[in-house]
Amino acid sequence: MVSFDLSEEQTMIRDTVAAFARDEVRPAARMADESGAIPPALIAKSWDLGLVRGAIPEQFGGYGDTRSAVTGAIVAEELAFGDLSIAIHMLAPRLAAYPLIEFGSDEQRARLLAGFARDEFAAGSAALMEPRFDFDVADLATRAARAGTGYVLNGAKCYVPLGAESEWILVYAACGSEAGGAAGFIVPRAAPGLVVAARERNMGLKGLATYEVTLENCKLGAEARIGGDGGLNFTRIVGQTRVAAAAMATGVARAAYEYARAYAKERKAFGVPIATKQAIAFMLAEMAIEVDAMRLLTWEAAARLDRGEDALKEGYQARNYAAQAALVVTDNAVQTLGGHGYIREHPVELFLRNARGFAVLEGLATV
Amino acid sequence: MIDFEFEPPVAGQLKMYHAVAKQMMRPISREYDEREHEKPWQFYEAMWAAGQTLGPGTEPAKSSDAAKAATGTAKLRNLYTCLSTEELCWGDAGLFLSIPNPGLGGAAVAAAGTPEQKERFLKRFREGKPKWGAMAITEPGCGSDSAAVTTTATRDGDHWVINGTKIFCTAGQMSAEQSEGFVVVWATVDRSAGRAGIKPFVVEHHTPGMTVARVEHKLGIRASDTAMLIFDNCRVPADCLLGSAEVKPTGGFKDVMATFDATRPIVAAMAIGVGRAALDFVRDFLRDHQVPIRYGLSPRRLTAVERDFMEMEVQLKAARLLTWRAAWMLDVGLRNSLEASMAKAKAGKAVTLITQKAVEILGPLGYSRKLLVEKWMRDAKINDIFEGTQQINLMIIARRIFDYSSKELN
Repeated sequence: MVSFDLSEEQTMIRDTVAAFARDEVRPAARMADESGAIPPALIAKSWDLGLVRGAIPEQFGGYGDTRSAVTGAIVAEELAFGDLSIAIHMLAPRLAAYPLIEFGSDEQRARLLAGFARDEFAAGSAALMEPRFDFDVADLATRAARAGTGYVLNGAKCYVPLGAESEWILVYAACGSEAGGAAGFIVPRAAPGLVVAARERNMGLKGLATYEVTLENCKLGAEARIGGDGGLNFTRIVGQTRVAAAAMATGVARAAYEYARAYAKERKAFGVPIATKQAIAFMLAEMAIEVDAMRLLTWEAAARLDRGEDALKEGYQARNYAAQAALVVTDNAVQTLGGHGYIREHPVELFLRNARGFAVLEGLATV
Repeated sequence: MIDFEFEPPVAGQLKMYHAVAKQMMRPISREYDEREHEKPWQFYEAMWAAGQTLGPGTEPAKSSDAAKAATGTAKLRNLYTCLSTEELCWGDAGLFLSIPNPGLGGAAVAAAGTPEQKERFLKRFREGKPKWGAMAITEPGCGSDSAAVTTTATRDGDHWVINGTKIFCTAGQMSAEQSEGFVVVWATVDRSAGRAGIKPFVVEHHTPGMTVARVEHKLGIRASDTAMLIFDNCRVPADCLLGSAEVKPTGGFKDVMATFDATRPIVAAMAIGVGRAALDFVRDFLRDHQVPIRYGLSPRRLTAVERDFMEMEVQLKAARLLTWRAAWMLDVGLRNSLEASMAKAKAGKAVTLITQKAVEILGPLGYSRKLLVEKWMRDAKINDIFEGTQQINLMIIARRIFDYSSKELN
């Protein structure tokens, strides 16, 4: 039956993560953006919340929580409300762990999942994007060719979060002429042919370490392919990353909206708060509508994932809508602050730079 | 738990509404757009007989409560009203508005009337011939600022004497002259008291002194009559005043504003029905002409038509989700003024753009009266105007998010 209520558990999780994002993540946002570094103690605190370890089955040292895309979306929105770079860093291990949980063979799960159930933050990553203007998840240029019992990978990837910090990277590649989308490969950092280049320098997401990664005749054994010959459901994985992106875009947009709203009530012009002027008030009203619309579209797609569907269309809709709306909302937040919005003392320019990425980037987070 | 699924019985009911829209409304849609002010009596009779009383803000009094409980519709009454409204407006929004039912007049009675008044005024909708109810609030000199009404009601013995002119009264003609219905008229009993002095009066059909001075010629929703009513020493019995005659700062007018919390999601659902009609048509048309809509691709690889179509589709969906949420909140007993205005503002704007885009995508065919697409564009526009214009809804949203009174932000 239709309901817009969070479950008791979801409410608890949301409140916990929201408080953490507000009290711990947001205060660290500017420094992370300027310095490119996130305090390890902050990352450690997020790890203790069980954001990654929670979904690891108990037999591998996790908490065995039921994984839910809706819950994942709620967490992603709240963390991104704090700061997008920090949120993606904290959740990056999911990019490697979650596909393993869902599609990995018993051997792969036994071999690798315990790595994400340690007491300290365990970096993890996936390489999906490629450095070309017409990148398309539906048409990966990175290829995996069968060689003997194993595979040879060739191609270039970019925006690989925590690529240099992770013990292995989940690399997505088109596999021969196989139907059903791309395959996923467990590529150890030390694998010959895998090169992780210097850290990327980007317009936004400056607190997040991302890397360009190349694969040149990178030879892998059969055990490297997630799910073995059956592979994984790439469409569903992409759907999950799109829902995560939409949720994070909602978080960034909400951060900008709430900041601008508070500013508009404080800031006076012509002797009155600018919020009492229709030109400002209506802009904020439209921002409020858009933030809610983004969230509802995200939840709708997430609910489909939770029902076992791949949510190709819905994830795509939610992500594209959110990418566009986040840009409009954050831009309007800068506009609300006027000249002050352009100054780095206020966070709205940071929100705008981070929001710009959503329409461009794919596969940086999952639910 | 977050859920966007309906139980199977609800889906079945919606199929029934869809069949009504497709088989009874669509075939006469163009005819009653062209023949404005003509009445599709056969359609009225059929809808009346079928017990369709799902107009804006009405209580679905005809279907048995047991049946509703069985399907869960008793629980989510407002939400399901939005669903049926979307289906019927997919058929034709003008015809939907002309369906005999208590309408906004009935909603006012339900919101502000005593139990005795509710029985007296609403009973008629469960028996006899087709009837309509209407609400008259807008005046030539006041629209969105509805607190500025100048129509007066003066006490004279056991009667109130009403004088003034009302415009934009939906189903005004059907309620006042063409059936045994009624019009709820908002008039001030004390002009010095401002909005506190504004009270609702039920004026029965054919009451001397009430005349339909004009039926408007409109851009769209032409099957629905929009009347100008003139009240010239119109005498109504004292017990036709809904609620209390006492002039106090709360109650009365505030009750009316509260009915908007329930009616705005329904108007949003109307908009969505019209928007979906256009969207469905464009989707089928593109498919029949081998124009693919490819989901999942990088947006940089999409054609302009694909982008436009996807934008229309997701805008409609966003409006629908906001609408469902607003209606659902009311159903579970949560205050929803903010969310109702969000839904209304989003739906009104989205559907205006969607239907305009549909005409554009279909080119010369879209502009032609051979198809219904141009009509849907004309019909859609009203949803961004009535029950609070886009701007009025943004104002309400802004007041809520800033926690401002109407004095602080206006």
